[in-house]
Amino acid sequence: MSLETTYPTRWRRPPRMLRDRRWRFVVQGAVLAYLVLAMGSLDIEWSRVVEGLARGQRFVEGFLQPDFTSRWSDIRQGLIESLTMTLTATVVGVLISVPIGIGGARNLVPAPVYGICRTIIAVSRSLQEIIIAIFLVAMFGFGPLAGFMTLSFASIGFIAKLLAEDIEECDVHQIEAVRAAGASWWQVLHYAIQPQVMPRLIGLSMYRLDINFRESAVIGIVGAGGIGATLNTAIDRYEYDSAGAILLIVIVIVMLSEYGSSYLRRFLQ
Amino acid sequence: MKPTLVTPDAPAAYADVWTFRTPRTRLALWCGWLALVALFVYCWQVMNADTMWVFVADAPTQAVDIGSRMWPPSLSYLPELMKPLWDTLNIATLGTLGGVLMAVPVAFLAARNTTPSSILIRPLALWVIVASRSINSLIWALLLVAIIGPGLLAGVVAIALRSIGFVGKLLYEAIEETDIRQVEAVSATGASSMQQLNYAIVPQILPAFWGITMFRWDINIRESTILGLVGAGGIGLKLQSSINVLAWPQVATILLLILATVIVSEWVSARVRHAIL
Repeated sequence: MSLETTYPTRWRRPPRMLRDRRWRFVVQGAVLAYLVLAMGSLDIEWSRVVEGLARGQRFVEGFLQPDFTSRWSDIRQGLIESLTMTLTATVVGVLISVPIGIGGARNLVPAPVYGICRTIIAVSRSLQEIIIAIFLVAMFGFGPLAGFMTLSFASIGFIAKLLAEDIEECDVHQIEAVRAAGASWWQVLHYAIQPQVMPRLIGLSMYRLDINFRESAVIGIVGAGGIGATLNTAIDRYEYDSAGAILLIVIVIVMLSEYGSSYLRRFLQ
Repeated sequence: MKPTLVTPDAPAAYADVWTFRTPRTRLALWCGWLALVALFVYCWQVMNADTMWVFVADAPTQAVDIGSRMWPPSLSYLPELMKPLWDTLNIATLGTLGGVLMAVPVAFLAARNTTPSSILIRPLALWVIVASRSINSLIWALLLVAIIGPGLLAGVVAIALRSIGFVGKLLYEAIEETDIRQVEAVSATGASSMQQLNYAIVPQILPAFWGITMFRWDINIRESTILGLVGAGGIGLKLQSSINVLAWPQVATILLLILATVIVSEWVSARVRHAIL
């Protein structure tokens, strides 16, 4: 009986996850089975897809040759609504979320306040903008006011959560130093916390402004005003050149705001 | 040389009271805030030029009315929702899969250290990422429903197209942050550029890749629950039809189910990411 074992002549990369071969086999099998099941439930109607490809081609053509002029007054109206809605909603959202964010920071407030503020944040974050918009349109009627309400509400969860986390990560030494000088709770907030979180808060607000503009293009679909309503109408009328123009405008504005906010953040730091 | 304590531009007399900021900074800050308030008021007026305040005043009664109609949720409607829920999960999962498959090459083309041409191809890849990110999945779905017809496929493609930007952006940042020394070590053994990608860069970004994918899957579950509103299948379709016939107890049931799905998917995604990283 020889003790020689045959070693492989080529090096093979060891697997990173699931070292056991049987486990790998089971997981791969499960993934494959799921894919087959999921693909089966898709139920694709190929004739409809082929039929739609011509329309898709027309959309691509419309996107390449956008038509800004023929629906310009509608687009302009939608853009103004979207932009004003975005700005007012961001301002109001930030104003409301600052106290909630402070209340959601464990190192500053007693437990009951913390619980309440965190609940508000969780509720605001878990609901989709569009679902909130449906209800607010039903309550406040069609138009940008409902959109403003929706975006403000959605901003609260986002900014308050990140602000609270930022306050919790604040440098303890600065807080202790200010407190040791005899500062009250408000003075600690003003002289120890605010200088530390302000750059981040401004950055967050700029980012949320950007998100709110993108969302304002969506909530118009359910009647909350803005460029989304114009876009929805253009697509419903199969006017792909106008739709392409609107999408291009949205992309350009988002790009501009992204560059602007990154510039501003660098300037502030 | 003796160190001087007084700097040349020091003021002649110091104020007795310490203040947080100099008067000039305070003035600039106040002007900034004033400009913001003025802009806000102006935007508010432009926005509400056509607002019907009668409807707004009526809102609390409307809210109470809808609320009272929604309660209690009709639990008998739940079994009917299981098939749409399965569809929604499929839209999210297959959409993430498709999005990731398309995002990986885009990310490699967009990363500064792996792009074949930083003048031509990199801006193009970055543009793809920005375009995909700026257009919400609901708008993609709206377009795709018009193009390939209502159904799950439109939802899957919409989610996939939207995911490219997100996954692509985070992935190309991860690629740019990889350790250059490992790449050098592999290239020193005589590896071709493809082998360098495979053995030096891919192992470094793999944990980030799985983390990003799970994160996006979680977001996609949220987004796919509403795609049905524009006809792209899933549970949103049921939501739309329930709202259309004003069946508020059914709407409440669907919303609760969506909420539960979102919470479960967030938990799963967090656990998996925790296990990987």
